[in-house]
Amino acid sequence: MLSAESLAKIDREVAKYPADQKRSATMSALRIAQQEKGWLATETIEFVANYLGIPPVAAYEVATFYNMYDLKPVGKHKLTVCTNLPCALSGGYDAADYLKQKLGIDFGETSADGRFTLVEGECMGACGDAPVMLLNNHSMCSFMTREAIDKKLAELE
Amino acid sequence: MLEIEIDGKKLTVPQGSTIMDAAHSVGTYIPHFCYHKKLSIAANCRMCLVEVEKAPKPLPACATPVTDGMRVHTHSDLAVKAQQGVMEFLLINHPLDCPICDQGGECQLQDIAVGYGGGSSRYQEEKRSVPGKDMGPLVSAEEMSRCIHCTRCVRFTEEIGGFQEIGMANRGEFSEILPFLGKTVDSEISGNVIDLCPVGALTSKPFRYSARSWELSRRKSVAPHDGLGSNLIVQVYNHKVMRVLPLENEAINECWLSDRDRFSYEALNSDARLTRPMIKHDGKWHETDWQTALDYVVKGLTGVSAQHGKDAIGVLAGAGATTEELYLLQKLARAFGVNNIDHRLRQRDFAADEGQTGALWLGSTIAEMASANAVLVVGSTQRHEQPLLAARLRQAVKKGAELNLIHVADDELLTRVNAKLIVAPQALADGLAQVLKAVAELKGASANLDLSGVTVYDEARRIAESLVRAETASVVLGSVAQHSPVFSQLLAIGGEIARLSGAHFGVFSEAANSVGAQFVGALPRRGFAGAAVTAGLNAAEMIAAPRKAYVLWGVEPEADCHDGQAAVAAMKAAETVIAFTAFKGDGLLDYADVLLPTAPFTETAGSFVNMEGKLQTFNGVVRPLGETRPGWKVLRVLGNLLSLQGFEQNTVEDVRAEFVGPFGDGAAKLSNAVSGVALDKPAVTGLVRVGEVPMYHVDAIVRRAPSLQATVHAKAPVASANPAVLAAAGLADGELAVVRQGACEVRVPVKADAGLPEGVLRLAAAHPATVGLGGLFDPIELKRG
Ligand code: SF4
Ligand code: FES
Ligand code: FES
Repeated sequence: MLSAESLAKIDREVAKYPADQKRSATMSALRIAQQEKGWLATETIEFVANYLGIPPVAAYEVATFYNMYDLKPVGKHKLTVCTNLPCALSGGYDAADYLKQKLGIDFGETSADGRFTLVEGECMGACGDAPVMLLNNHSMCSFMTREAIDKKLAELE
Repeated sequence: MLEIEIDGKKLTVPQGSTIMDAAHSVGTYIPHFCYHKKLSIAANCRMCLVEVEKAPKPLPACATPVTDGMRVHTHSDLAVKAQQGVMEFLLINHPLDCPICDQGGECQLQDIAVGYGGGSSRYQEEKRSVPGKDMGPLVSAEEMSRCIHCTRCVRFTEEIGGFQEIGMANRGEFSEILPFLGKTVDSEISGNVIDLCPVGALTSKPFRYSARSWELSRRKSVAPHDGLGSNLIVQVYNHKVMRVLPLENEAINECWLSDRDRFSYEALNSDARLTRPMIKHDGKWHETDWQTALDYVVKGLTGVSAQHGKDAIGVLAGAGATTEELYLLQKLARAFGVNNIDHRLRQRDFAADEGQTGALWLGSTIAEMASANAVLVVGSTQRHEQPLLAARLRQAVKKGAELNLIHVADDELLTRVNAKLIVAPQALADGLAQVLKAVAELKGASANLDLSGVTVYDEARRIAESLVRAETASVVLGSVAQHSPVFSQLLAIGGEIARLSGAHFGVFSEAANSVGAQFVGALPRRGFAGAAVTAGLNAAEMIAAPRKAYVLWGVEPEADCHDGQAAVAAMKAAETVIAFTAFKGDGLLDYADVLLPTAPFTETAGSFVNMEGKLQTFNGVVRPLGETRPGWKVLRVLGNLLSLQGFEQNTVEDVRAEFVGPFGDGAAKLSNAVSGVALDKPAVTGLVRVGEVPMYHVDAIVRRAPSLQATVHAKAPVASANPAVLAAAGLADGELAVVRQGACEVRVPVKADAGLPEGVLRLAAAHPATVGLGGLFDPIELKRG
C-alpha cells in the first residue's frame, strides 16, 4: 500500500516513542502517507492505523481534525491562502481573489487540468509576512502580492 | 480521609474521590451526561457544574477531586445558573423530536432539561443536522442529530469493549460520532452503548418503534445463554417480551449485558416456536392436545421398556433448562428405572466421572477470579463463550493482573497476554502438565501425577512463574477444554496446580445451568446431591450405542451434541424420539415422533445455578405462548401418568423445596476434585478439527434470534488452518475446499491463519453450514474442492 521508503520514514517516527505508544506517531505517519499518495483515502488511513496497531477510527479522528490532511483528492499544487485577520488586513482577500480569477476556481475547488487546488486557510503564525500562502502544506510563500503570485505560479509546473 | 461539606451536609470521603463520588455517597444528585462510573472521566458535557467555595468559577463535579475542607453547593444560584446555561447550549443543536424519538420517556436529556433547563429556547438560528450511520444489525445510529457528544459510546468500545470501534470525527462544530467508514460495530457486547447513550442517538434496532418505555412492565429474570447468570430486566407488553436490559449486579454482570443475552429474546416471539403438542403419524405431523400427546409419551416409554428393557431409553437434557426441570427429569427417569441421563452433550472425555465427587464450578466467586493477580485460562475462546467475563478479565489486566493462556488458537483477546501456549486440542493436557511441572519445581514440591514424560518449555515456565509469584491466582478451563478429548486430564492437572500453587481452580460453566444440572443429578453416575446411583450411560455412550428411545429435554442433537452426525444417526435409528422443546426445529421435525411445547425461561418460574454456585430464582415474565406449558408441570403430570411416587408438587416452590434444602449454600456440593486420572497423550494422525461453537449458535434460542443471526459472528464459518496445512493440501487462502468427517462432506472457503498450530483445521460447529459434520475435536479431512 505504501512504498518501502514511506514505511521506513514512518518507522523512524515510531522509533521516537516508547514501544507501547506507537499511537503517538499517528500524525507523522498520516503526513508521510499523504505525501506519497497525495491525499488520504479511507484505505490509506486504515492501512496506517493497522501499521501502527491502532483502531482505524482513532486514526480517522486525527485525519478529520487537522485540515492539512486532505480527505479528498487535490490538484498537483495545493495553495492555501490565509484569510485570518492580519493577512486579511494586508491583502489576503485580494491575493485570494486574484488567485480565484487567475485559476478560474473558487475555494475548495480544483482546476479542470488538475494542477491547482485552492483552499482557505487559518493563521499560519507568519503574520509578519502577510499576506501568506502555503504551497502543498510544506512551503511557505511570503508577501503574496499579485506580482509575487504571478512569479510563483510561473515557477510551478 | 478528607472532610468536606456538600449542601451543608458534612461527610468524610477517601483521598482521591471526586465531588461526584462524594455526592453519590450521601445521595445528593448532580446532573450529568458524560460521567459514568465504569468509564474514564471525560468532563466534556459540563452538565455537572457545581459551586465550590473559594473557587473563582463553577467546577465540573465529575472531574474535580475533593480537597480537605472543601465546601460544595449543588443548588446555589451560581450552580443553578451554570447548569441552566449548559443545558441551553446542549439543546441548541438538539432536535425537538421527542414525540417521535425512541428514547422519549427514558431520556436523560429530556429528564434533565425538565429539571434544570429553561422553559423556552432563545435560539432562533438553524439547527445542525447530522446524517445517520450504519453500526450493524443491533445498534441503530439513524438519528445522529440527537447526539450530545458525551463520548460515552466511544469510551465504552475503547475501555470496556477493548477496541475503539466508534470515534468522534471532525472535532469542532462539525463533530460526528461514527464507526470507521464502511465498518459496523462488531463487539460482542456492543448493545451496552444503547444503555449508555443518554439521548436517542443510539437505540436498539430490534426494539425501535415497537413500544414506549412507560407502557412496559419491568420483570426480573436471569440470562439463559452462559454460565455467568447475568441479571436481567425483561420488559413486557401485553404478554410479549419487548426487550431485555441488564439489571445491575456488581458481583455478576456489573451493569453490562452481552449482546447474546440482550437480543436473544427475539426468538421467543418468532414463528419458529412450537405452540401446540404435535405427533407424527405415518411420517406426517398432526397437532394435538396435551392429554393425547402425554398418553402417547407414556405409551412410547412403557412400550419400549417392556420390549427392550429400561436400559434402551436414553435421556438427553440441555443444561439451559431450569434446576426444577432437571431435578424432576432425573427423578422421573430414575423412578421409572432409566439410568441413562446426561446433560454434558458436547463433552467427549468422561474418564474423570468415576473419581468426581461434586459439581464442577468456577472454583471461586466471579469477583475473586476477576481480582486475582494472575489468571491462566485453558481452552477458552473467552470473547465468544463468555463475553462479559472476557471483558472483566480485560479490566483485571488493566489493573495489573497477568493473563496467561493455553489454547488451541491464537485469537485476538483485545488485551495484554503475559504468556501463552498455542497447541492442538489433544496437546492441551501436555501444555498444562508443563505448567504443573514448572510449578512443582518452583515450589520444590512434587505432584501426584507422573510427569516424567513432560518437557517444560519456556512459555510454560513463564506461566508457572506468573501463577507462583501472584498473591492470588486462578486457573480456569473453558468450553474448548471441556469438549476436548483430554478434559479429564486437564481436571486432574489443574487440581494439582491449584494444590501446589494455592491458585483457585475451576471451569467456565458452559450453559446457564451446568452447575445446577450436576447438582440435581442430571448425570449418569451421580444422583441428586451426589447420591450414589446405578450407573447409566453418559451422553457420548448413549449416542455411540444407540438407544431404542430418546427423551430430549430442550436439546437439538445435531447442534448440541459433540458429534452431531452420530447423534442424528442415533435419533433416526431409534423407535421413538420424544422431544420437549420450545421450538419446532427442522431436525426434530425430521426424526422426532412427538413434540411437546415446554416453556423457555421467560414463560416459566425456575432457577439457574451460575458458575460460582449461586442459585438465582426467577418467575415467568409472560404467559406461555399458545399451548406451551412450564416444564416442571409437564414432568409432574408425566410422573403421575407413569404412576410414579413423589410427583405431587403443587407449585414450583414445592419442587424447589425438595432440592434447595440439601443444596444449602451450595458450597459443600461444589468440587473440581477428581481422582484416578492418569496422564496419557492421545496419539493422533492426520488433521484434527477444532470445532468450537459460535457465539450465536450455542442454544436453540440464540440460533433463532434474527438480529443476532444478522451479525458478522453468525456468518457461515470458514475453515481456517495454518498456511503449512493449506499448502500441504494444495490450497490457497480463500479457495473453496471440501472437508469431510465420516459420511458428510461440506464445501467451505479456507483461510490461512498462522496463529493456529499445525495439524488442526478450525471449523466451527452448530452452524447450519456445518451441522452434518462429526465430532468437535475429531479427525477431519481437507482436500481441494
Ligand atoms: S451517540 Fe450517544 S453516547 Fe455517543 S457521544 Fe452521542 S450522545 Fe454520547
Ligand atoms: S493571519 Fe495569516 S499568517 Fe497569521
Ligand atoms: S458529567 Fe461532568 S462534565 Fe459531563
